[in-house]
Amino acid sequence: MAYFPHTENEIQAMLQTIGAKNIGELFADVPEKLKNLEFPEFKPVSEIELLAELDELRRRSERQSVSFLGGGRYDHYIPPVVPALAGRSEFYTAYTPYQPEISQGTLTAIYEFQSMICELTGLDIANASLYDGATALAEAVSMAAAATGRTEYVLANTLHPNYCEVLKTYLTPRNITRQKESGANTAAVIFALPDFHGLISNWQEYLSKARENGALFIVCADPLLLSVLEPPAADIVTGEAQSLGLPQNYGGPALGYLAAKKDFLRQMPGRIVGRTTDGRGNRPFVLTMQTREQHIRREKATSNICSNQALCALMATIYMSYLGRSGLQTVAKLCKANTDYAKQKLGGIPDFSVDEGEHFRDFVLHCPDAKKIKIGRPLDDRRLLLSVTEKTTLKQIDFLAETLRRTGKNI
Amino acid sequence: MEKLIFEYSQEGRKAHTLPDAPAVNFGLPERKSLRLPEVAEIDVTRHYTKLSQQNYGVDSGFYPLGSCTMKYNPKINEQIAALEEFTGMNPYTPDHAAVGLLKILYETEQMLCQTFGYARFTLQPAAGAHGEFTGLLIIRAYHLDRGDTRRVKILVPDAAHGTNPASCTLAGFQTVTIRSLPDGGVDLNDLKKHLDNTVAGLMLTNPNTLGLFEKNILPIAELVHNAGGLLYYDGANANATLGLARPADMGFDVCHLNLHKTFATPHGGGGPGSGPVGVTAALAPYLPRPLIDFQNGEYYLNNNRPKSIGKVHSFYGNIGVILRAYAYLKIQGSAGLKRASELAVLNANYVKARLQKVYAIPYPQICQHEFVISVKEWKKQYGVSAADIAKRLMDYGYHPPTIYFPLIVPECLMIEPTETESKETLDAFCDAMLKIAAEVKTNPELVKSAPHSTIIGRLDEVKAVKDPDLNYFA
Repeated sequence: MAYFPHTENEIQAMLQTIGAKNIGELFADVPEKLKNLEFPEFKPVSEIELLAELDELRRRSERQSVSFLGGGRYDHYIPPVVPALAGRSEFYTAYTPYQPEISQGTLTAIYEFQSMICELTGLDIANASLYDGATALAEAVSMAAAATGRTEYVLANTLHPNYCEVLKTYLTPRNITRQKESGANTAAVIFALPDFHGLISNWQEYLSKARENGALFIVCADPLLLSVLEPPAADIVTGEAQSLGLPQNYGGPALGYLAAKKDFLRQMPGRIVGRTTDGRGNRPFVLTMQTREQHIRREKATSNICSNQALCALMATIYMSYLGRSGLQTVAKLCKANTDYAKQKLGGIPDFSVDEGEHFRDFVLHCPDAKKIKIGRPLDDRRLLLSVTEKTTLKQIDFLAETLRRTGKNI
Repeated sequence: MEKLIFEYSQEGRKAHTLPDAPAVNFGLPERKSLRLPEVAEIDVTRHYTKLSQQNYGVDSGFYPLGSCTMKYNPKINEQIAALEEFTGMNPYTPDHAAVGLLKILYETEQMLCQTFGYARFTLQPAAGAHGEFTGLLIIRAYHLDRGDTRRVKILVPDAAHGTNPASCTLAGFQTVTIRSLPDGGVDLNDLKKHLDNTVAGLMLTNPNTLGLFEKNILPIAELVHNAGGLLYYDGANANATLGLARPADMGFDVCHLNLHKTFATPHGGGGPGSGPVGVTAALAPYLPRPLIDFQNGEYYLNNNRPKSIGKVHSFYGNIGVILRAYAYLKIQGSAGLKRASELAVLNANYVKARLQKVYAIPYPQICQHEFVISVKEWKKQYGVSAADIAKRLMDYGYHPPTIYFPLIVPECLMIEPTETESKETLDAFCDAMLKIAAEVKTNPELVKSAPHSTIIGRLDEVKAVKDPDLNYFA
C-alpha cells in the first residue's frame, strides 16, 4: 500500500467539504449486490521484498548474450545517451501532446522523427509511430484497401510468419484477404526487405507487377538497411524500428513506423505532427490532420489508434541524431560484414550449408539436426535461423563454427 | 523555442566511436545521400535536455486530464523495467531460459484475474484501443464459433470514448449509438429497442465518461445476455472500481485495461502503453495466442490454441510496461488497490465540491473518479470557452483537464485528479480555478488570450491543416 499522500485528518476535512460521513457514502450508486462479494486477495510487499524476489527471478532469466537469436528483434549497441535522455521524466511522464503550449518537447521530437523516417524511406510523409512492425504493416494494408477500394493483398516474398498471422487477425474481419497472385482486386503487393530469412532481393519485378494491376506497392523494411540502400520506389514503406536504439525487451515495447506518398495523407493512421505559427512569430509544432482520427471521426476514422509508441520514437530519434549518416551506415555495414563472415565460416563446415545471395543479420543454416543445436532458432528439423549484429565478434563466430565442426553430425 | 536537431548539423562532425565501415556488398544500389544530423554528443544531450524542459509531465505538476488517469509513476517501476536480464532478452529465448520473466507475466495475469474477476487475461495488446479491438474480435469469434452469423452490430452509448466505435469498424462490426438519459445513465428503453438477434454485444465504460456509476448495470447485463449478446467493459475508467465492484461480477464478459492509466505505468508522451484483455471462462479459448501456461512445475508459451483469434502483436506485447504494472500490483496488494480507488473518488468529489458554487456542473450528484464542468453559459455571456479556461490554467502552472469530451456535454472540461494528489495540491488547483472564474467575469480578454507565460502563444491550427508542414526535408 503506497503512493497516497492523505492524512486521516485531511480525509475527514475533505469528507466534510463534500458533505459525506465516510468514503463508503461516495459509492452509493454501486449496487449492494456487487459490494458484498468476497474477492480473492493478494498481499502487498515492500520495495525491499520485491527487489529480493526479483533478484531471484532475474537470475532464472538467463540473458543469452551470444545466443545468435534474431528473427525480428536484434541485439544492437545502444549508446548511453539514448536511455539517459529518453529517461528524463518530463518526457516519459507526459501524455499525448494535446496542449502544444506545454508539449513542444514531445512535439518537436516527433517532427524530427517523422522527418528522419521520410529521409530513410524516400517518401513525403510519416506518422508519429505505431505499436510495432506487424501492426504497422496491417495498418498499411488497411490504407491501401481504403485508397484503392479493393480487398486483396499479395506477399511478394517470405514475410515473417508472425507478421502474416497479425495481417490475418487484423484484416479477415473486414474481408480483406491474402491471395497468391495479384489481379484486378489487389489493393497491395507487400515486399519484405530483407525477408524473414535475412535475404536482400530486388523489388523491381514486384513493383512492376503491382503497377500493372493498379495496386499499391508496400515495402516492409528494416530502417538500418534503408540507411545504405537507394530508397525503394514504394507507395508506402513500413516496418519495425527496434533496431534504432531500443532494447529487445522480449519483443516489446517495439516501434512501428509508417511513411507514404503525400497523396495518401487522408488515409494515414495514427498521430501526425505539423509545424505552424503562433501569434508571436514562433514556428511551433502541433498535432494535426486530426479529422482522420477516432476521437473526431469515431466509426469512420482511418484507424482506432490513440496511444502509439511516442517514447520509443523519441529513443529512435536520439539514436539517429547521435549516429548520423556515417554511424547508421557503419552499423549497417558491420552487420553485413559479420553476416558474410558467419555465412562463410558456418557454411563451410561439412554437412552444413547456407543459402546463396546477400543476407542481412539473419540467415538460415542448413544442418543435420537443428533442434539439437542449442543456439539460434530452429525453423524445422534441418534449418536454423541465426542472427548477428555489429556487436557480434569474429571470435564468437569462430567459436560457434569450431563447436559445430567438432560435434558435427553427432549433435 | 529550441531549434531542430538538423539545424545543429556541421558537415564532418560526429558523436559515435564506431570503427571505419568495412567494404561490403548489399546486392542492391546504394544511396548517395542521407540527410541525418552531423553533431557531437554534447549537441544531442543539450538539444534533448532543452526539449524535455519544454514539456510538462506528471513529475512537473498536477495533470488532471480526465479519462487519462495521470497518476504518479513510482520510480521503483522504472528501475525494475530497466533490469538488463529483461530488456536484453530476445523473444525467441527458449522457455527454460526465460522462466523468471514468464513467471512474472503469469503472476501479473493472476493478479489481474483476481482483481477483475476473470478466468484469463492476455497481455498482448499494446494499448487500450488495441485491447478494444482484441476484445471485439473475441466477441466475433464466439458468435461465429456457435454458428451465429447474424450478429453484426455492437451497441455503443453516445457518451463513449471515440476509440469504441472506431474499434468496432476495425473488427468488422456496425456501430449503433444508444442514447444517455438526462442523469447520464444508459436509456434502458432505447437499449431494449435495439436489442435483437443481430446484436453481438454492448460496449460500456463504468463509471461512464461523465464520471457516474451506471446504477442499472445489473438489469442492463441481463437484458443484453437474454438477447444473446455479450458485454464489453472499456476499462479506461477502472481506477474507480478496484476492490469495490469487479467488472466480471457486473456481468461484463470481456474487459480491457489500460496499464498506463490504472496501474501507474508512465504514459511516455503518448505510448508505449499496454491494454490487457480479460475474459470469462467461456471466452478463454478465443484469446490471442500464445498464453503463458503453467504445467508440471514449468512456465511455457502455449501456442496450441486452435480457437484463438490469432496474434495481435508481433510477439507477446509491451513487456517493459507490464513489468512496471507488476511492480505496482505487488507493492499495492489488493488492499492498496482498493484504497487507490477510494481516494481517487474522494479527490474527485472534493474538487467538485469546492468548484460547484462557481462552475456549472451538469451532473451534480456524487461522482466517481472524475466529473465534468460545462461553461456554455459563460461562452454565451462572456465569450469565454472551455479551451480558454484550459489555456489560462497553464499560466497558473497546471496541465489543463480534458476538454470537449464527452461530446454530449457542450463546452466541457473533464477533471480527474487521481488518488496520488494531496489535499494541498487540490486546494491550490481549486484556488486557481476560482481565480480564473473571477477573471472570466471581470477581464474575459485576459482568459481569451491565454496562455501568457508559456514559451509560445496559441497556435494557428487551421494553418497546420491547410498548409501541412510535416517533414523538415519536404
